[in-house]
Amino acid sequence: MHRPGMISIWFFIGALLLIYGILICGAGIFEAATTPTAAAVAQANLRWEGVRNLHIGIWWGGLLIAMGAVYTIKFAPRKGK
Amino acid sequence: MARPDGRRGRLTFALPVHTIRHLPTLTQPLAVLQASSRLLSLSSVDLAIIVLYFIAVLGIGFYLKRYTKTGEDFFLAGREMTAWIAGLSFLAANLGSLELMGWAGAAYQYGILAAHWYWVGAIPAMLLLAIVMIPFYYISKTHSVPGYLMLRYGEPARALSAFSFGFMTVLMSGINMYAMAVVLQVVLGWDISLSIWVSSITVAVYVGLGGLLSAIFNEVLQFMLIWLGALLVSIIGLVEAGGWNGMVARIHANYPGQDFTHLWRTMGSFTANPMGIHWVAIVFGLGVFISMGYWTTDFLVVQRVISAKDLRSAKLAPIIGAAFKMCVPFIVILPGLLGLAFLPKGFLVAENATSVLHPFKYDYVLPIMMGRYFGPGLLGLGITALIAGFMSGMAGNVSAFSTVWTYDIYRAIFRKNASDAHYVSVGRWCTILGVLVSIGTAYLVMSFKSIMDYVQALFSFFIAPLFGTVLLGMMWKRTTPAGGFWGLLAGTTSSIGMFLWVKHDPTALRYIALSPNAKDMAENMFRALWSGLICVTVTVVVSLLTKPKPESELAGLVYGCTKIPSEGNLPVYKRPIFWAGVVAVVFVAIQIIFW
Repeated sequence: MHRPGMISIWFFIGALLLIYGILICGAGIFEAATTPTAAAVAQANLRWEGVRNLHIGIWWGGLLIAMGAVYTIKFAPRKGK
Repeated sequence: MARPDGRRGRLTFALPVHTIRHLPTLTQPLAVLQASSRLLSLSSVDLAIIVLYFIAVLGIGFYLKRYTKTGEDFFLAGREMTAWIAGLSFLAANLGSLELMGWAGAAYQYGILAAHWYWVGAIPAMLLLAIVMIPFYYISKTHSVPGYLMLRYGEPARALSAFSFGFMTVLMSGINMYAMAVVLQVVLGWDISLSIWVSSITVAVYVGLGGLLSAIFNEVLQFMLIWLGALLVSIIGLVEAGGWNGMVARIHANYPGQDFTHLWRTMGSFTANPMGIHWVAIVFGLGVFISMGYWTTDFLVVQRVISAKDLRSAKLAPIIGAAFKMCVPFIVILPGLLGLAFLPKGFLVAENATSVLHPFKYDYVLPIMMGRYFGPGLLGLGITALIAGFMSGMAGNVSAFSTVWTYDIYRAIFRKNASDAHYVSVGRWCTILGVLVSIGTAYLVMSFKSIMDYVQALFSFFIAPLFGTVLLGMMWKRTTPAGGFWGLLAGTTSSIGMFLWVKHDPTALRYIALSPNAKDMAENMFRALWSGLICVTVTVVVSLLTKPKPESELAGLVYGCTKIPSEGNLPVYKRPIFWAGVVAVVFVAIQIIFW
């Protein structure tokens, strides 16, 4: 919907995805960079072992950052609009 | 939408005494895993993601309050929604977290047969709504489905429909709220009361402030989060399995002799499939009366469509919704199948089989698969997806309740000629009232769990007959007000009668479902079929015996008396009928692929 001065819902979505992407990507990088503790190794044994090698947090976080950035920029509120 | 067991988008729970923290591998003894107080642990990043979500939805509600001044704004979002916004909201209002978790659980229990509720049980009905029924809802300028019944049949039909819808909607909302809180307690160890109050007050605030406008905007946000949070389970699961064929091979290895991966080929008899159902019940009970009743007359979803900015957008919205609905099994059914492939046999059990040794029900399969694959951050996104789903469903319930109560009960019965501002104010208070009644229902269910089954059944009583009443009203000029009312009443009471008959005498199932081997879900499908047929028959007979309305009073309401704008001037690719055809072709292709 378009009303004078109203911020698009896609801007809100983009901003939230951008923040989520940064948090998730950061957590993924931290997880990949740190040596698993004994407790983490124990937990990993209870999950699918291969999941750690996929670095899902990094690339999914990166995807959210890209999507969020596109939406935020494209639908950013601008003066005169 | 009704589940195979006849329940509409909810889970049923018995609180497990002991739960486990981690997920097992196939080689790990289950007993080793029973130790701590919850299934999953959240990190600070996960919690930050969840808190940010709550801030975002509340912020949107506060922001949109300034744009919600008139009744048209509050109850119909100003009728300014684009096709995409209305379409995504239309689907999100149905895509509650309990819908997500309940259907993932159904897939773990019944295999790919659960996908019938997303395909034959949704797509034809959504296309029927778009192409055939939306023009009458939209051109009549009705604000609700009971409002259409008033225009077509008069006050008695509206009153029957409005009271049943309003009453059942808040009760359903409360049941869903309770079920969601139990999931959060079992999975995350969160206090039930805290979950109920925090999530429901949040919904009350943002819907109360911005009305349908705020509900729809947040539903689009929630739709995105649901997909982004749940999609990864399926992607990673297929990676682990080595693709679809690898997953099917694992399921066959785990459950030799059982077919969990074909849609239609086991439907020839009641005993050949795990659901105990026949294709007649699926096609005619689910595909015709239940799904068309739900998708074309349940105001919870129809409200989103009639908020569109023009007729073409209103027709496109359900088509866009249908296109996404066809994809939902990828984030709901597939995790259930992956659970069959990777979780130890017997790890998840039916509700009535839960015990200290087996505390986890089928319905927990989606959060369990999230725990299997997700690390810090992603787990927060996954849990946010579940919470977002719950809140979108609840917001749909309370915004629809608020509209029906204000326009079809309060204005129709108590105060006919108040100002627009007064009705907006009543709508805001109704939103809060609806949430409080829902919370009360949640606590009631906590004390008397058997209420859940009766309320679920009660809701289903109205769906199939209402479809017959609305469709005849739109398509047949000869349908009279008396025919519409008595047909609706006869269909509803006959459905209740059949339910009570089987409750009192279980052997009656052979008459209702045409087979002593039929299971509960088959009974629900056949009951819908019979009650729909009774409604149609009574409506036709009474209409033929009573005096019809003059055609001048049917303009904008009935086929043949309504001038529907032509789309002949539009390029083919801009016509709703073209995109409906595309969706229909893909739908048929999917049935063949998974036959």
